[in-house]
Amino acid sequence: MAVRGCSSSLTRGFHRNLLMAKVVPYLSAGHSKARLYSIYTTTTFDPNEEKFDKILIANRGEIACRVMKTCREMGIKSVAIYSEADAQSLHVEMADEAVCVGPPPTGESYNKMENVMKAIKQTGAQAVHPGYGFLSENKDFAKMLEQEGVAFIGPDTLALQAMGDKIESKQLANNAKVNTIPGYDGVLKDEEEAVKMANQIGYPVMLKASAGGGGKGMRIAWNDAETREGFRLSTDEAASSFGDSRLLIEKFIDNPRHIEIQVLCDRHGNSLYLNERECSIQRRNQKVIEEAPSTFIDPDTRRAMGEQAVALANAVDYVSAGTVEFLVDSQRNFYFLEMNTRLQVEHPITECITGVDIVQEMIRIAKGHPLKLKQSDIPINGWSVECRVYAENPYKNFGLPSVGRLYRYQEPSYLPNVRVDSGIREGSEISIYYDSMISKLITYGKDRPEALQKMSRALDEYVIKGVKHNISLLQDVLGHEKFISGDISTNFLPEHYPDGFKGYQLQEDEKSNLLAVACCVHLKQEQKSRAFLNQTSLMPSVPRLSQASFVIISDGVHHKATINETAFGYEIHVGDSNIMVDKNWSLSQNIITPQVNHTPQVMQLVNQNASGDVTLQYKGTEYSMKVITAEASRLQSLMPEKVAADLSGEVQAPMPGKLHAIQVQVGQQVGEGQEVCVVEAMKMLNSMHAGKSGKVKKIFFKVGDNVSEEEVILEID
Amino acid sequence: MAHTLRRIPTLLARSLANNASKNCRIQTRTCFATAIQHTLDKIDSKRTRALEGGGKRRTDAQHARGKLTARERINLLVDPGSFVEFDMFAEHRCSDFGMDSDEKRHPGDGVVTGHGLINGRVTYVFSQDFTVHGGTLSSAHAKKICKIMDHALNTGARCGLKIQEGLGYRKGLSPSLRNVMASGVIPRFHSSWDLVLIILFFLLPGGAVYSPALTDFTFMIKDTSYLFITGPDVVKAVTQEDVTHEQLGELKRTRLSRTWSFENDIDGLTKLRELFSYLPLSNRDPAPIVQSDDPANRLVPVLDHIVPFESIKPYDMLDVIHAIVDNRSFFEIMPAYAKNIVIGFARMNGRTVGIVGNQPKVASGCLDINSSVKGARFVRFCDAFNIPLITFVDVPGFLPGTSQEYGGIIRHGAKLLYAYSEATVPKITVITRKAYGGAYDVMSSKHIGGDINYTWPTAEVAVMGAQGAVKIIFRGESDIAQAEQEYIEKFANPFPAAVRGFVDDIIQPSTTRVRLCRDLDLLSTKKKENPTKKHANMPL
Repeated sequence: MAVRGCSSSLTRGFHRNLLMAKVVPYLSAGHSKARLYSIYTTTTFDPNEEKFDKILIANRGEIACRVMKTCREMGIKSVAIYSEADAQSLHVEMADEAVCVGPPPTGESYNKMENVMKAIKQTGAQAVHPGYGFLSENKDFAKMLEQEGVAFIGPDTLALQAMGDKIESKQLANNAKVNTIPGYDGVLKDEEEAVKMANQIGYPVMLKASAGGGGKGMRIAWNDAETREGFRLSTDEAASSFGDSRLLIEKFIDNPRHIEIQVLCDRHGNSLYLNERECSIQRRNQKVIEEAPSTFIDPDTRRAMGEQAVALANAVDYVSAGTVEFLVDSQRNFYFLEMNTRLQVEHPITECITGVDIVQEMIRIAKGHPLKLKQSDIPINGWSVECRVYAENPYKNFGLPSVGRLYRYQEPSYLPNVRVDSGIREGSEISIYYDSMISKLITYGKDRPEALQKMSRALDEYVIKGVKHNISLLQDVLGHEKFISGDISTNFLPEHYPDGFKGYQLQEDEKSNLLAVACCVHLKQEQKSRAFLNQTSLMPSVPRLSQASFVIISDGVHHKATINETAFGYEIHVGDSNIMVDKNWSLSQNIITPQVNHTPQVMQLVNQNASGDVTLQYKGTEYSMKVITAEASRLQSLMPEKVAADLSGEVQAPMPGKLHAIQVQVGQQVGEGQEVCVVEAMKMLNSMHAGKSGKVKKIFFKVGDNVSEEEVILEID
Repeated sequence: MAHTLRRIPTLLARSLANNASKNCRIQTRTCFATAIQHTLDKIDSKRTRALEGGGKRRTDAQHARGKLTARERINLLVDPGSFVEFDMFAEHRCSDFGMDSDEKRHPGDGVVTGHGLINGRVTYVFSQDFTVHGGTLSSAHAKKICKIMDHALNTGARCGLKIQEGLGYRKGLSPSLRNVMASGVIPRFHSSWDLVLIILFFLLPGGAVYSPALTDFTFMIKDTSYLFITGPDVVKAVTQEDVTHEQLGELKRTRLSRTWSFENDIDGLTKLRELFSYLPLSNRDPAPIVQSDDPANRLVPVLDHIVPFESIKPYDMLDVIHAIVDNRSFFEIMPAYAKNIVIGFARMNGRTVGIVGNQPKVASGCLDINSSVKGARFVRFCDAFNIPLITFVDVPGFLPGTSQEYGGIIRHGAKLLYAYSEATVPKITVITRKAYGGAYDVMSSKHIGGDINYTWPTAEVAVMGAQGAVKIIFRGESDIAQAEQEYIEKFANPFPAAVRGFVDDIIQPSTTRVRLCRDLDLLSTKKKENPTKKHANMPL
């Protein structure tokens, strides 16, 4: 395979060797640690069992790394594939071999079957693990492998076809006596039919791509206009994501829970269900927080769901790991949603509570071995929670992708009972080409409160700098009383944050504590600024700066504060409170743990400089403050406000991406709220609306151009 | 503070009056006491008037424009309570055009001078007061400035700082004043290598603009700072061209001219304090070292991934710089001008360093006229003030083309070459990727006296890129692709330079910080002097 775009094989090889020297010991250390404290207590691995020699992982990022870890455990060589953008990724370095499969866009690399096939032949891999996404549910790919005599670590083509098609799968489910949602059992021809069917079923309705998954090509409509818009966008999205634009429509169940059952089936007629996962916390139909087991499911329902899931799997002679998704209403009625014929993103929580290494079982099954476990062997050990940590801005629509380079990155995997599945490390770049997930943060404990408490601590100590991230949202949901009580639904976010997520809302005392810490940070900085070690112009008569009056500006409010350094710490007076902060932390630490009034706090010092800017991350949310002198504060209030320019006439890209479509022309009259263009980012289509009525003055880009965040796409006069 | 100052004369009066009563007769005593009282009252009132500046109305107007008065600026600039003022009672002696009325005479005469501390270090400062005669120059005003400068020099050439705002020369003043200023002040700026920083706040037309032009750093404030040679009226009179202040000297010009811009006065002054902390206050001091809490032996894994494998792909040199320096603090100079070269101050294990880096993100990081001059001036500044230089090289060459050639790229490029060659401070160079041809030579290479030169494994030290080179070497031949591959294997890697000793080592990028911190310690005892001469003849 041509190594396109790599400047020279020599440079590359050289560079890699240098890098490997550092990476290998790190990985082997993690490896042996994983062995010592393995969570896979139920899985029994027989090293003498016949196995594949070499597996190619047709994926990238965390899931590629996850599969490789099990390959290592089993003593199987792994092959990575990568696009030019991923040449320096962790999964490439972790693998025993790596092959470049093309340029960054997924259609030209990870999704391009010919290139992946070439890589398989070139490396002589005997089996392919597809991970999730990309080619994982592509029946043509599975067929191609079959023809080449390479094992596909997943179900057979028949099952892929049946379950990959939402219409067919629904019929199959009906036949297998699995509860299904009312809807129209057919493909929608056009907008008109969509509107007609929607009215027949009754609003709200859900439009979804027949080939879809992961929230792509899926839209909810509450009226005819939304149905039309949804039909158009979903068709385009489905076409670009799956190469199949067929849509179907069904009743949208309001306020449901999303609960799914993990199944495992071998080629010898054995089928198991590994209990449920509760995945109700979602944004725009993408899961954010998952847990296993569910607080809502009683043993009877669990058994009923499990048995229906297994029945469905058996109906298509399912082989390998799969997930049957259900919507569960408030009466614990459950409806079949779809079956995912692949390893799920959130599989680790099931692994944590059952002790089964699902990837290992998949590999064994693909090799033709029978499952050694029986349904009665599958336990529910304690509780496990997973948070998907995304590179995104949670303040915009619960998460709009953010790109950049992780200049500081530290996973809290050193904490006990914390598992971090990631495919990145310090220095990695989050690019516009792929999913914006940074990692999956998984914690487990003997019960739910323990797992949640560990999660909160892990989120506090997760250092991510260089991109925006959703830790604030995760932390806030975890602390929400409704979540703690288990009272959740798929509408959780829009229901409890009707005006969007605004960050953690501080209590009065928390606010004073933050102001006090900011004050200490600035005093430390000021002391540092005058700690010259070699200057002749210092005045010996000037005493050390140990007390000061500051004004801290937070959200535009000026707070007066005095700070006094003593031998033991800092005494701060801010507002009406006197606060003591200890001294045993420094400005170069990522995570600071100041004792505030003798209570330890976990905060992150996100940003801090000599000009008095202090940004602290507390409970996941960043608080930007500015510490200035009293005189500066007085003068600041005399300065006129600079009027921000009116931007309603500009349509800006909300995130970096590619212009998918422009619906207007220069000179055209548009109304406020009218869709003017569509930006595609991370495979999602985002429709952009006019901020005011007027005439289109200028369009700065054409379809297909890349736009960066906040770039003006067009102007309306 | 102002309140205390005002009280002093009253207290003084009482004690003097008491003394007088002991020694004199009653009659005289009364006269004497009255006279003293009168003087003291006068001191009091003059001081009050000086402190008020141009009065409440003008001060409010200044605030409404988003600007501060001269005294407010000084108070923000120096450590609270450390300012000591000179010549508060100086007044102009001009009598033409009705300037001699009491109304028109103002104690302090439109400029506040004195000294104070910035982060504990002594600084001399003068600040022109726009609320008094529009900040214009008079002879008294100029003498105050000269006095403060003399002080600065006599006490060890400590830093002088100007806060300037004014309409030029006051009407009715003799033009010879200009000469006073020119001969007395301006040469001092550069002949003594006294460090002068200027913060410039408002209109500054005419000859006065040369003053910022001759200094080392110029700050401007958004929407309120203008800098031009002749104002709109003069332009109209001479060339019939209709222009506004904004058009002539607005901040967008900072892309063209070489200044900074800040949100408002407070922001600008805060940043100025920060810049100060990086600099020695005179060329007799070494580059400052402050206590650092960022470990010198910190590995920086991010550096292993910043440079893309593809040599045509851009990356941000600021990512490299931020990752290496202490606490990611990089004080970039002229960020909006000639963006293909990045310059600025940072600290390495607490020690101030000057950083120069090609910026592959903009115009591939090539050297052109503007970037050469920007870099050269910075290198010379660092050399003059004992600040070690760290250079990050990723340069594909000098920008080709007629506009560059006609504009004098050879002469301007030579400035950078000259500046680096002449510099005797420690010079460390890291080649991150491309180092091609003459531009490689110019960027602090071993050949022009680099003390320690490293490359990363991604470096390509060659005469030019493979594609271009092969086209010339194998002109007209058929198997260009193979020749190109051969060229890449031979030259597009660090070895050609390493085997010849042009670089001292090929280093793992993540260890760069460790190596640089150690080298800076090593080179802190570097002693090198250029041959004695009146001055060198640099290619101006």
